[in-house]
Amino acid sequence: MRGWVKPHRIMLLLVALGLVLWAALSLRWDWIPRYWQLGVEGIWRTLWLMALSVLIGFTLAVPLGLAQAAGPRLLAAPARWFCTIIRGTPLLLQIWLIYFGLGSLFPQYPWIRASELWPYLRQAWPYALMALSLSYAGYEGEVMRGAFKSVPHGQLEAARAYGLSRWAVLRRIWLPQALARALPTLGGETILQLKATPLVATITVIEIYAVAGRVRQDTFIIYEPLLLLAVIYMAIAGIITLGFRWLERRYTPGLG
Amino acid sequence: MLDWIYQWWPGLEASVTLLSLEPPGWGGNLVRGAVNSLIIALGAFFLGCVIGIGGALGKLSGGPVTRDLMAVYTTVVRAVPELVLILILYYAGTDLLNQALRALGYRPVEISGLAAGIGVLGVVQGAYATEVLRGAIQAVPTGQIEAARAYGMTRFQTFRRVTFPAMLPLALPGLSNLWLIATKDTALLAIVGFSELTLETRQAAGSTRAYFTFFLAAGALYLIMTLVSGRVFGWIETRFRRGQAGARS
Amino acid sequence: MKKLFLSGAAALALMAGAVQAQTVRVGVAAEPYPPFSTPDAAGNWVGWEIEIIDAVCAAADLECELTPTAWDGIIPALVSGRIDTIMSSMSITEDRLQTIDFSDPYYNTPTVIVGQRDMQMDATPEGLAGMVIGVQVSTIHQAYAQTYFEAGSELRTYQTQDEANQDLASGRIDATQADALALADFLATEAGAACCEVKGTVANDVSILGRGVGAGVRKGDDELRAALNRGIATIVANGTYDEITARYFETSIYGS
Repeated sequence: MRGWVKPHRIMLLLVALGLVLWAALSLRWDWIPRYWQLGVEGIWRTLWLMALSVLIGFTLAVPLGLAQAAGPRLLAAPARWFCTIIRGTPLLLQIWLIYFGLGSLFPQYPWIRASELWPYLRQAWPYALMALSLSYAGYEGEVMRGAFKSVPHGQLEAARAYGLSRWAVLRRIWLPQALARALPTLGGETILQLKATPLVATITVIEIYAVAGRVRQDTFIIYEPLLLLAVIYMAIAGIITLGFRWLERRYTPGLG
Repeated sequence: MLDWIYQWWPGLEASVTLLSLEPPGWGGNLVRGAVNSLIIALGAFFLGCVIGIGGALGKLSGGPVTRDLMAVYTTVVRAVPELVLILILYYAGTDLLNQALRALGYRPVEISGLAAGIGVLGVVQGAYATEVLRGAIQAVPTGQIEAARAYGMTRFQTFRRVTFPAMLPLALPGLSNLWLIATKDTALLAIVGFSELTLETRQAAGSTRAYFTFFLAAGALYLIMTLVSGRVFGWIETRFRRGQAGARS
Repeated sequence: MKKLFLSGAAALALMAGAVQAQTVRVGVAAEPYPPFSTPDAAGNWVGWEIEIIDAVCAAADLECELTPTAWDGIIPALVSGRIDTIMSSMSITEDRLQTIDFSDPYYNTPTVIVGQRDMQMDATPEGLAGMVIGVQVSTIHQAYAQTYFEAGSELRTYQTQDEANQDLASGRIDATQADALALADFLATEAGAACCEVKGTVANDVSILGRGVGAGVRKGDDELRAALNRGIATIVANGTYDEITARYFETSIYGS
């Protein structure tokens, strides 16, 4: 807190406060009472899409990274291709390919409509979740590959010398250390995932960006919804950063 | 031979016709879009690097106010989604510029779509480039800079002759990552209506209803851009690291 | 020699200035909207509306430049000066008149609901209860559906009418509301004819659906508005309008 009491910081904070007050008083905010419920729904959808896609994506990323770090050619090559393709194409294209590409196949196979999955295939969020999860898995697969490779090989050899099975080495030595090394990067990558969620608004998922879009279309106001949207995203990003810093302090003490 | 493949895989011939470079194939449109994407990415990348150098120097050797302002800039750009930033900068940027010009008495200037796209993406890239270049400049051994100052070089000469060349190889991995981000972020400009590869793909897919074909083709084009860029950056890195001991693992 | 060069340059500058003063940037939606405006395989824009734009500009003696702009940002683009007029099947509604001005209408067509063949529905809130309806974002159809249908049905908003049609053909949505002619074009395609049919015309509400399609101009830009009105009146009077319409549609769409 000491750092905040310097004179130049106080002056900058006052300027920022002045800007916020000016914005609150002179810009148009009369649309908020009408749309705040939709906004809360949108924020909730953003949060669970991000959290769930991070979880699913990470669960996929660990085997992907492991396959590339230690697997036989048969497993490592497809894993590497998957990560290369995901990281080499824009997420927007992947989302559209999964939603509209799969959708264009439905009329050719009429039995899909009668199946039990149809209520889910009709909605947009499963496709959004799938695209976001695959994207996260692709990027994190690469991160986990580096993390697995960076654990000192001597530790693994020592564990094997002690007679631990390969699975036990993975479970007790390799994976925990790889996770600890990857944790700082994962925080940044989760924020990148947060920044990727607005793209699903283009396939009719109503998350907070889509709500801001609806406000802009209904009221023709150009800037105010976007500014509030930016503030909301910054707040969520701040919370995520604080969360990951807490995780790092708890789980990676003693690691440089 | 081709006929045998076409017989065995129905629909392939139709797809290939759709993708051909001459009308009625839409391949020409896609390639034009890809060229546009590359131009915007190049412009945004270089603008980002220029902003990045300024930002990095500001963060390292600027006054406390400059450092805080740079910190605000990088934090905001790294926390707010690119899509929201692109929308804000696209409308607000040109609007404010024209209002300022009008207030000063000049005629409002017409900013072409290309310039606006490059400007917007460049500002976004600049924040990431600031961090990459700051890290690279900090990694230059201070002994070299002290020696340069001891020789009597001015700060600008030190930067131009010692810091900049030494920092480039250290910055290359981060910069190559930034270039890939730039090429993929051009897809977001489709939402604002720029005619680059993703928009052309969506237009072609919408007009012909062959969604799978065109999106896969666009994905292939992006992948080619990425793989070629990776090769080029790898070659640049080997050249720059000639004579340097021990590359990164 | 120098004087010749200087006077030549001055003449060129004057001419360039004169030509530039007349160039009107006409905003059209970057998304295809057949049969009114769609890009062809060579990258040129074709369609009924494109031909009308060329005819109106020729009749009003304006140098027009087609400027594709994203549909849901087209009004902000007009207001901020990136384009000078919108001629993109934009209906004249009270809401929009608060932000921009319009020329005289140049066509007027009914709004219909198109739905799945095997589902029973009509174009009323009761007939559509419990259904999933798709509309294009930022259109009178979205405003109408939000006012009348949102209470009893689920609404999905798409960036383009094409995507809504695509999801209709896939079966993800049950119905869509849009302009009768645009949907007629969709129903003429193989996928459209197989899946869907016109279910009815919606009850008219002039305050939402507007009184026809006009060219949007900035508030106060009366000079351009008058020129466009002149152009529209000229082509209607001298038969160009009917000639272009005959190439695309069976009856006149000028409306009353």
